[in-house]
Amino acid sequence: MEQLLQQAINGISLGSIYALIALGYTMVYGIIKLINFAHSDVYMLGAYFGYVCMTSFKLDFLPSLLISMILCTLTGVIVEKVAYKPLRNATRIAVLITAIGVSLFIEYVTMAIAGANVRSYPPQKGLFAQSVNLGNINITMQQIIIVSITIILMVLLQFIVKKTRIGKAMRAVSIDSDAAELMGINVNTTISFTFALGSALAGAAGIMVGIYYNSINPLMGMLPGLKAFVAAVFGGIGIIPGAMIGGYFIGIVEVLVSGYSNSMYRDGVVFAILILVLILKPAGLLGKNTREKV
Amino acid sequence: MKKTAKSNLAIKLVSLVSTFAIIQLLIYLDIINDYLQATLATICINIILAVSLNLITGFTGQFSLGHAGFMSIGAYTCALITLRNPTIPGFILGVLSGAVAAALVGAIVGLPTLRLRGDYLAIATLGMSEIIRIVFLNLDEITNGAAGLQDIPQFTNWMWLFIYTTGTVLIISNFIKSSHGRACISIREDEIAAEAMGISSTKYKVTAFTIGAFFAGIAGALYASTFNFIDPKIFGFSKSIDVLVIVVLGGLGSISGSIIAAVLLGIITTYLQAFANIQMILYSVLLIIIMIFRPQGLMGSKEISLSVFSKLGDSLKSKKGRV
Repeated sequence: MEQLLQQAINGISLGSIYALIALGYTMVYGIIKLINFAHSDVYMLGAYFGYVCMTSFKLDFLPSLLISMILCTLTGVIVEKVAYKPLRNATRIAVLITAIGVSLFIEYVTMAIAGANVRSYPPQKGLFAQSVNLGNINITMQQIIIVSITIILMVLLQFIVKKTRIGKAMRAVSIDSDAAELMGINVNTTISFTFALGSALAGAAGIMVGIYYNSINPLMGMLPGLKAFVAAVFGGIGIIPGAMIGGYFIGIVEVLVSGYSNSMYRDGVVFAILILVLILKPAGLLGKNTREKV
Repeated sequence: MKKTAKSNLAIKLVSLVSTFAIIQLLIYLDIINDYLQATLATICINIILAVSLNLITGFTGQFSLGHAGFMSIGAYTCALITLRNPTIPGFILGVLSGAVAAALVGAIVGLPTLRLRGDYLAIATLGMSEIIRIVFLNLDEITNGAAGLQDIPQFTNWMWLFIYTTGTVLIISNFIKSSHGRACISIREDEIAAEAMGISSTKYKVTAFTIGAFFAGIAGALYASTFNFIDPKIFGFSKSIDVLVIVVLGGLGSISGSIIAAVLLGIITTYLQAFANIQMILYSVLLIIIMIFRPQGLMGSKEISLSVFSKLGDSLKSKKGRV
């Protein structure tokens, strides 16, 4: 029982990170129907920006987090303006290939600048190095901080999407972008804003992975990116609460599989769940089935 | 009409045989050295992969991101057979059973997943190919796990590559011209309308998927036999992406486009080897630029055929006549 609880806590910390990345995938997919492959590399950049802040400028965690989120936001918006905007009316597969191109570009430019080798984050001091013991269950301060920052960011996101004008515009564009444009909504600004929000969350996830796992490399985004996308599909792509549920679910499943059976199979189990969900409920857990009309 | 069909066939045969002979001569004269021969093999394998994926994605309109999975099944099957039976018949048996194994898995995976549409199908096939890779990674006793299989006997040479590549292209282009192929294209254009016309969309989607998987298996078998070494990492997600890039670059629904793109990319990557550290950066920039300025791919959905040349000839003649 104690081991199960311990695994669940580890799973929730990992799930928070998947959920943050999944939110970016799901928002972008909801608004322009694009699997943004470059998103996982924005997350990787977040980890590197945080690394530079913490080692070269000797900043604390919170300022590094903010700077990294801002820089990732900029990256996301620039990628959208340069690579995706010219393809607004092209076929979706062309945009997808462009996204793959952008993803490779970010990965290998980072590799050319920072080198391909693994780098490790500076050891955490003070509050971050502490941990809380409840009986035999060990919760590190890092886990508490990761989960609480994730929750704060999610509440903030829900507030922006549900209560602000730009959030209303985002929801309108994702339902019908032509109709939204006719109602006077600036579709391009709204799409850029969606990329900005998603990238900021990915940046936060990147730096938190850095302090949690301590090692970063230019290709670190690939597998977490795929799994976060699986999480988004699991919860119902385009649906924000769905991405959160999916992220936590995938995180917990992954930790439980590697805790109780062969850890080599953990990725296989994640993808098997994905295929099962797709076959049994193609629209995802929270998605509604839409009938195709002629 | 019959006469032109016969002369077309003759022209095709002559051009095929002369391509084969010229490259064989260049290999014999050592102008195409070992290094370039590896490039040649990569190009041939990529042509087989791209043309077979084009049947699934370009002609039938089913977006698949799992081609590397089928390729790995072919590669492992062929490698295991030729390791135990290193003879030419063993090699032929290995390639064929690799292809059949891949086709079987393709049919089994295709039946449930092909009900999905668009991006959902892409994600399901992606998950499927990752599962295949993880299974190969964990079957330690058979596949040697992450270390991979080494010293696979090498049987492929230009002759085998040429036979399998032209065979693939001929079979798939004839399939597309048949009534089955037209049924596949109608599903791409409008699935509901095709169903209304009495075309069983599931049947044709699974057929296209199985044929595509079959040839991906052949490509994988040739890969194992050419490069002597395989491990699960080679057949990851990025391999599927590489194939998709060739197909989209050449043009969805254009077999000659896939061939041209495979040859071009093969040559470009060979020359980019000189700039090893910025190779991938140049490649990605090229990809983005081509997609922004020519999103339909190099060929669109057009084909290069003999009629293009004869039309060109006609237009030249008519121009001359005017002067």
